[in-house]
Amino acid sequence: MGREGEVVAQLLPDFEKEHPGIRVQVQQIPWSAAHEKLLTAYVGDATPDIAMLGNTWVPEFVALDALEPLDSRVASSKDIVRSDYFQGIWDTNTVGNVTYGIPWYVDTRVIFYRSDLLAKAGCPQMPSTWASWRQCMVQLKSRMNDHQYPLLIPITEWPPIVILGLQAGSPLLRDDGRFGGFSQPQFMKAFDFYVQLFRDRLAPPFAGTEISNLYQEFERGNIAMYISGPWQIGEFSTRLPKDMQDKWMTAALPGVDGPGVSLAGGASLSLFRGSKHKAEAWQLMEFLSRPDVQVRFHQLTGDLPPRRAAWNDPVLSGNKYAAAFHEQLERAVPTPKVPEWEQIATKIFEHGERAVRGNQTAEQAMAALDRDVDRILEKRRWLMDQKALQ
Amino acid sequence: MAKLRIPSEANTAAWFFLAPSLALIGVFFFLPVVASLLLSITDFDIYGIANPSNTRFVGLDNYSRLLRTPDFWLALRNTFYFAFVGGPLTIAVSLGAALLLSSKLVRFKGFFRTIYFTPFVTTLVAVAIVWKYLYHTRYGLFNYGLGMIGIGPIDWLGDPHWAMPSIILMAVWKSFGYNMLIFIAGLQAIPEDLYDAAEIDGASAVRRFFSITLPMLAPTLVFVSVITMIGYFQLFAEPYVMTQGGPLRSTTSVVLLMYEEGFRWWRMGNAAAIAFVLFIVILLATLVQFRLQKERA
Repeated sequence: MGREGEVVAQLLPDFEKEHPGIRVQVQQIPWSAAHEKLLTAYVGDATPDIAMLGNTWVPEFVALDALEPLDSRVASSKDIVRSDYFQGIWDTNTVGNVTYGIPWYVDTRVIFYRSDLLAKAGCPQMPSTWASWRQCMVQLKSRMNDHQYPLLIPITEWPPIVILGLQAGSPLLRDDGRFGGFSQPQFMKAFDFYVQLFRDRLAPPFAGTEISNLYQEFERGNIAMYISGPWQIGEFSTRLPKDMQDKWMTAALPGVDGPGVSLAGGASLSLFRGSKHKAEAWQLMEFLSRPDVQVRFHQLTGDLPPRRAAWNDPVLSGNKYAAAFHEQLERAVPTPKVPEWEQIATKIFEHGERAVRGNQTAEQAMAALDRDVDRILEKRRWLMDQKALQ
Repeated sequence: MAKLRIPSEANTAAWFFLAPSLALIGVFFFLPVVASLLLSITDFDIYGIANPSNTRFVGLDNYSRLLRTPDFWLALRNTFYFAFVGGPLTIAVSLGAALLLSSKLVRFKGFFRTIYFTPFVTTLVAVAIVWKYLYHTRYGLFNYGLGMIGIGPIDWLGDPHWAMPSIILMAVWKSFGYNMLIFIAGLQAIPEDLYDAAEIDGASAVRRFFSITLPMLAPTLVFVSVITMIGYFQLFAEPYVMTQGGPLRSTTSVVLLMYEEGFRWWRMGNAAAIAFVLFIVILLATLVQFRLQKERA
């Protein structure tokens, strides 16, 4: 899918050389169409042998009973060593303690920041607790004009809110994913912190659309910090001019009282139940999971590998911007593994937006969010009661 | 009295000739309509795809829940806002343009006709992206122009109050050319001697417009307003590309809501129910327009 679909074709000749007799056919689909296409393929009984799945899709395809459990294959594999994977990332691929996918590349959120601006404002290093982080933003703001903001968090994105919630210890959903847990104290604490950033004008109430050129704003010092993912390393390196290159840095996210968790995202390789070539397909998954192949994959795409062994390669260990991701990946946790998650995530930012824009108080917004989420999960509750699930 | 009897052979032959189109309409229109009507009384979703026994018949629950969902009413309100403000505005602008282009004083008519019609045939996604630049809060052309006359920057697409007007403005610009052409055709059908006679009687230009042009254009006007209204009730691509239904859902239309329910969340039962509600709304609006027209005539 997407760029990865193009690139994987370059890795395959080696695989076919090692395994004469196996021919791999790659079908590229753009990300935006992939989900629908795979669902349709499932309905039409035309699933591929292996597919790359966004790891938040795994629970959905497990609910469809479309994926093959992989635990016994992993246990007897030389190439796929479970303990070498970042725990949180592996965890996104398990539902009810059964593994349904092998992490292929990872995605987590860290902070990109202007090291020069932070230093001038009196924070030589990126703070590691919420309180000191906020203090640093206040100091930055005092040196800025009205159109400049210490932190950019697009209010139409759910990950920042969810990350703060996870940092505050919220399970997000309660009772085994039966109900929303957003008006519970842990999440409220995080949400208050989030909303207050906008109320105090430490972050602009912008949707993604108001920023036409993020790199320009960053270069002009209109934004000093930005929470984003690994793809931005490449973008920041090429889009910011040369003399800016030693003025930005990445850092793992702060947490309530010390380094905080972030989201375990990324994509996985999954084996479909309907496949007629499971043994061969598994060999390909093993090949793509080998540290040396993952390093090559990283060089081709910029995607970060899910295995610690691959991170020891100088290509990655020598990249100063990647170090924050390495650190953060050791503290990455999955989102709730219910098929309805994507829909719930959308509701989170919608209600977040209402509170940020001041139409509702934080309490009202979260109570309304729980009502919506409970309604979305109604079918799941019914199915769980029917014992159809698990 | 002679009885008209259609011989049965002719009957068979007629059916035979009609069969291909009937089959096509049946398979590709009536069958899907019936299927989605049935779908709308189930809770068919992703779990239902996994195992049909996970689908429940819920009767009219989808409809009654829809009526209790604030997002649905918001979407309906937005759609009405768009149709009842954008629709008349489009008609007024296209009528104005048509009158100007029909005037004997205007030169280069073909050139202007082409220019005004161009937006209509341009891909909507391309247009929407360019307009997004125009609407940009800091660097957009609109705010630049407003700034020159001392009006502060407007957050066109980011402010819940401005987002829908911005979408309407773009939609009017995009679609008035088509209606304009129809109006020009309608204007050309009005006999010139009516105007000559009125002028001799001393009727002013305004009077001539209201007493001759408008009544003579009435059939065209009905056609244009019905078509525009139906099209505008199906608002989808503009907000989908420009705002994704935001900010604060202020540009989420009924069709966009249906798309989200159906193809993003795969709650097909819900999506089908929304489709039928929209169908009823459009049907009612069209009936009302025809009734108003009849009363006037």
